[in-house]
Order: sequence, then C-alpha cells, then structure tokens
Amino acid sequence: MEAKLNGKAWKFGDDISTDLIAPGRLFHLRTNLPELAKHVLEDADPEFPKKVQKGDFVVAGSNFGLGSSREHAPTIIKLAGVNAVLAKSFARIFYRNGINVGLPLLICDTDRIDEGDELEVDMSAGIVKDLTKGIEITFSPLPDVMIKILNDGGLAAHIAKYGDFNLD
Amino acid sequence: MGKTIAEKIIGEHAGKEVSAGDIVIVSVDVTAVQDGTGPLAVQQLEKIGLVQAKNPKRTVLFIDHAAPSPNKDLSNAHNILRKFSKETGVVLSEVGEGVCHQRLVETYVNPGDILIGADSHTCTSGALGAFSTGMGSTDVAIGIALGKTWLRVPETFKINVTGKFNKGVYAKDLILYVIGEIGADGATYKALEFTGETIRNMTMSERFTLSNMAVEAGAKTGLIESDETTKAYLEEKGRGDKFRPISADGDAVYERVIEVDASELEPMISAPHTVDNTSTAKELAGTKVDQVFIGTCTNGRLDDLGIAAEILKGKHRHPDTRLIVTPASQDVYLQALKAGYIETFVKAGAAVMAPGCGACVGVHQGILADGEVCLATQNRNFKGRMGNTEGYIYLSSPATAAASAIAGKIVDPREVL
Ligand code: SF4
Repeated sequence: MEAKLNGKAWKFGDDISTDLIAPGRLFHLRTNLPELAKHVLEDADPEFPKKVQKGDFVVAGSNFGLGSSREHAPTIIKLAGVNAVLAKSFARIFYRNGINVGLPLLICDTDRIDEGDELEVDMSAGIVKDLTKGIEITFSPLPDVMIKILNDGGLAAHIAKYGDFNLD
Repeated sequence: MGKTIAEKIIGEHAGKEVSAGDIVIVSVDVTAVQDGTGPLAVQQLEKIGLVQAKNPKRTVLFIDHAAPSPNKDLSNAHNILRKFSKETGVVLSEVGEGVCHQRLVETYVNPGDILIGADSHTCTSGALGAFSTGMGSTDVAIGIALGKTWLRVPETFKINVTGKFNKGVYAKDLILYVIGEIGADGATYKALEFTGETIRNMTMSERFTLSNMAVEAGAKTGLIESDETTKAYLEEKGRGDKFRPISADGDAVYERVIEVDASELEPMISAPHTVDNTSTAKELAGTKVDQVFIGTCTNGRLDDLGIAAEILKGKHRHPDTRLIVTPASQDVYLQALKAGYIETFVKAGAAVMAPGCGACVGVHQGILADGEVCLATQNRNFKGRMGNTEGYIYLSSPATAAASAIAGKIVDPREVL
C-alpha cells in the first residue's frame, strides 16, 4: 500500500449502520458489487455516490459500520474509490471486514475535520494531516495481524499467497 | 488466574492458555453463511482456487434471508450456494427450513464449540456455552476451507441478573433494558457473559433471545454457561451425548460487572432508529402501529408464538394494523401447528409466512410504506432496516407486539394479561 494517501473528506455522523452503507432493499445487487457500489452510503447521504471521487476519505463519528456482517459494506466503499475510512470508533465486524477487503480503517479524533477538507494520511507515521486547516491528528496503529493482512491486499490474497494463515 | 468462558473455549481451540487481549489462530467446529453473505464467500474461495470444506458435515449454507426468492437475482444467488453444496458436500438448509441461528442451535452447535458465521447474530449460539461470533464473508470462507480463523481473545462483561420477572416481562425486555444501559457500542469487541439466578431459571429459548442481541451492544458474543437446562435441550434435539459443562472460573477476571434486578423491570421498547433508544411500553403507549411482526431469530420460537397466541386467542388484529407471523424454523412451525397457535394467528387475521427471516431485513414480506410504523419482535430497528428509510421500527417482546396488534397502537401488555 502507498505510504501517503491524499484526498478530500466526506463527513458523516455517529452510528452509520451497514443498512445505511449497503441497504437490505438492494439485497439482490449483492452479487453485482459494481452496481451496488453506485448506491454506497446513499441512505445516509443521497448525493454521496455522485460526489465521491477516487482517493477521497469517508470521515465519521463513533461506531461506524454497526449492524450486519455484510462484507459488501466495506467492499463497496472501497469500490467507490475511497482511500480509507476515518472514524472515532468502528463496530467490530465491520473493522475486521474492512481490513479483510483491503480498506484501511483509521481510528482517530475526527471532530476537527470538516466536509471538503483536503487530507493527507501517512500510513506508516500514523498521522492524518488536515491540509485545509493545517492541523495534524494521530491515529491508533492497527494490530500487527491486521497490518500484515492489509499489506498482502486483504485476507483472500493473504491466504492465496501462503496457503494458510501466516500472521506470526 | 481464573478464566472466563471465552478464554477457556478459545484456549482449547488454540492449543494453549490464553487471556484477554491475546491474538491467536483457532480451529473452528462449525461454520455458516446465509444467502446474503454466502455467495460472496463462495466467490472468494473460487477466486483463490480453494473450493473445499474442511468439515463439510458442520458447514451449513442457509437460504433464509430471501426465502422463497422474491426475484431472479436472488434466485441466481441461491444457486451459487446450491452448487457449492453439491461440489463440496457441505450442508444446505433450503427455503422454508428456517432462520440460520435457530437452525444452528437446533441441530449443529454444542457446548464448548467455536462457531463462526457470516451473519452478525451468530452470537445466538453463545447461549449453549459455545463461542460463536459473526464475521464477514471472507473470514468465514477461509474458515470453511481451512477449518480455522484468527481471533483476539475478548475481555468480558459479566451481566449478573437476579430476581424474578413480573407478569408481562420477558427475556426480551431484559435484553432491551441491558442494551439501553450499556449503549449500542458500549461492549464493542467484548464478550458478554449472562449469569445469575434469573438466567439459571430461564429456558433455552429465553437464553437464545439474550445471546442473540449481544451484538446490539457491539459485543463479539453473548455467552451463558451450560447446565442441566442446556443438557435437557440437547437431549430433546437428539444430541444429549454432546453435552459438556462449560462455565467461568470463580476467580475469572471481568472488565465490568453489571447487576440487574429483574423484578424491577417493565415491558420495554426500543424506539427508532437505534436499539439503545429504550423506553418502557407504558411511556410509548398510544403510538399508532401500522404493522406488527412476530418472528425472527430473536423471538420466533415456540414459546414466543405461544405467548402471542394466548393474547390473540379469540381476538382479532385492529382493522388498521397488519399482523405478520413468521416461525423461526420448520421445527417451530410444526410444533406451533400442533399446539393450535397457527390457527389462532390465522383467525386473528395474521399473515403466517414460511419459516425464515421474513420481514426482518427489508428484502420482502412486509416492507414498510413511507411514514409507517412497525412494532417488531426482531433485534434491530435501524433506519432503512425494513426496506424503507422512511419507515419507523419499534422493538418489543412478543407479548407487547400481540397486545399492540389488537389495539392498533402500542400498549403495555400487562393490560391484557
Ligand atoms: S431473522 Fe433478522 S436478524 Fe435474524 S438472521 Fe434473519 S435477518 Fe438477521
């Protein structure tokens, strides 16, 4: 993965559920992920799928991704071109799924970031620079196992590479 | 140092002593996916050339979320699962057999097991003294193929419940109350252990209701020690030989202990759009209800249907309130037929659906119109959950749901009991 990621912030609130990211009413699109990705987060912000550009960031409050185990949720965020999700906290299953599909999820204080801010994320230094505001925010490092999975490009790629878990 | 239930079970499967915070690779006993998550799991395995199952007899693919299929895309998705089952010999649970979590406890999961399932309410099986947790499609796909996964050993919150329920108050009211106290993310990454005299006196069905909703507080699983009640349940299901006593050590270390006096509880409701948005039924009484839904992996078992049927017997739903009843499994359906509950529901004006998830996840069988209110016995009331972001979902026990279906508005069930 690139050490530095640059893009624009799209801001969401607390408790963004997987129902808001990849709604049940679009259940039939789950085997057509590029199509489902055209609806990513639209129940939280109907304009988002149109506005989001490759390389942007989703920035949210606490408990992002709560609810169902649908891996389709982080997958379509990634497919929409989002570089990483920044939130104060993530629901557990979503957190694991995000890393498994190769979507970086960063836990940090997102209060000072506003919609439209230009961000630069330094993955190895653990720093988010809000270039618009000229501030730096540190994020908690991922657990080692997750860094390994992420660096291999997700869990399926990790297993394909080693034929087994190779996390020690 | 003493161990929690989670530490004991994970340690056994990691082949070493573990404690909270450790990250380990464990063997898994049971793996499961459903029709919303399974096709992606299969596609992941196909992509990396690993179309295989380590333990086919205890790998189950459930067609329950959209069953019978409401459209051709989902019909094709179902066939991905059927094909994988034929290729690998894993078990397929077909249309009409029931909701995955109910089928798992009825037939597949035993005390001391590790179960990973691609569905967030996989925590339900924790009531059998099994470490059961929800994961995504890829995690479970790898679990199916290799028979293992990685886990971080969770810290545990002990929920100690004492006292007797008052009339009209049930396990569902208890768990809604607890989630209201902890908050929707209050137990993120943690295991819950439900214990105390009230839990020991509960039936398995009531215990499943508690464990089922652990994830609504963010928890990884909701564990209950296995005891004589667990043993009797397994015997009834024809696998008494699989019983093992599993309990925490007396000196286990808990991150937090929450005490609840069940005798102080009232019938509870979660109001839109979060499960921790709890009130008493009394406080919300009078809220007009367009649809009542009784069923799901939370409250679609025989005793739930029995409680609802008793209230609905000889009565009729309110003319402006639709009533949908969905037994959680074929087993439950058959027993409910024998007990006369289904006849009671039909005579009360209910639409009785085939066993499965039914209206719960917003795919079919009860999608709300704009501005409509549904009172449901399910576990989740997120915006958009029942297929429409303009719908409003309230959660309650089957008793509150049945009483409200008759009244056409939310009522405290103690008024009719
Ligand atoms: S009944 Fe509802 S909560 Fe339970 S598995 Fe089905 S969709 Fe999920």
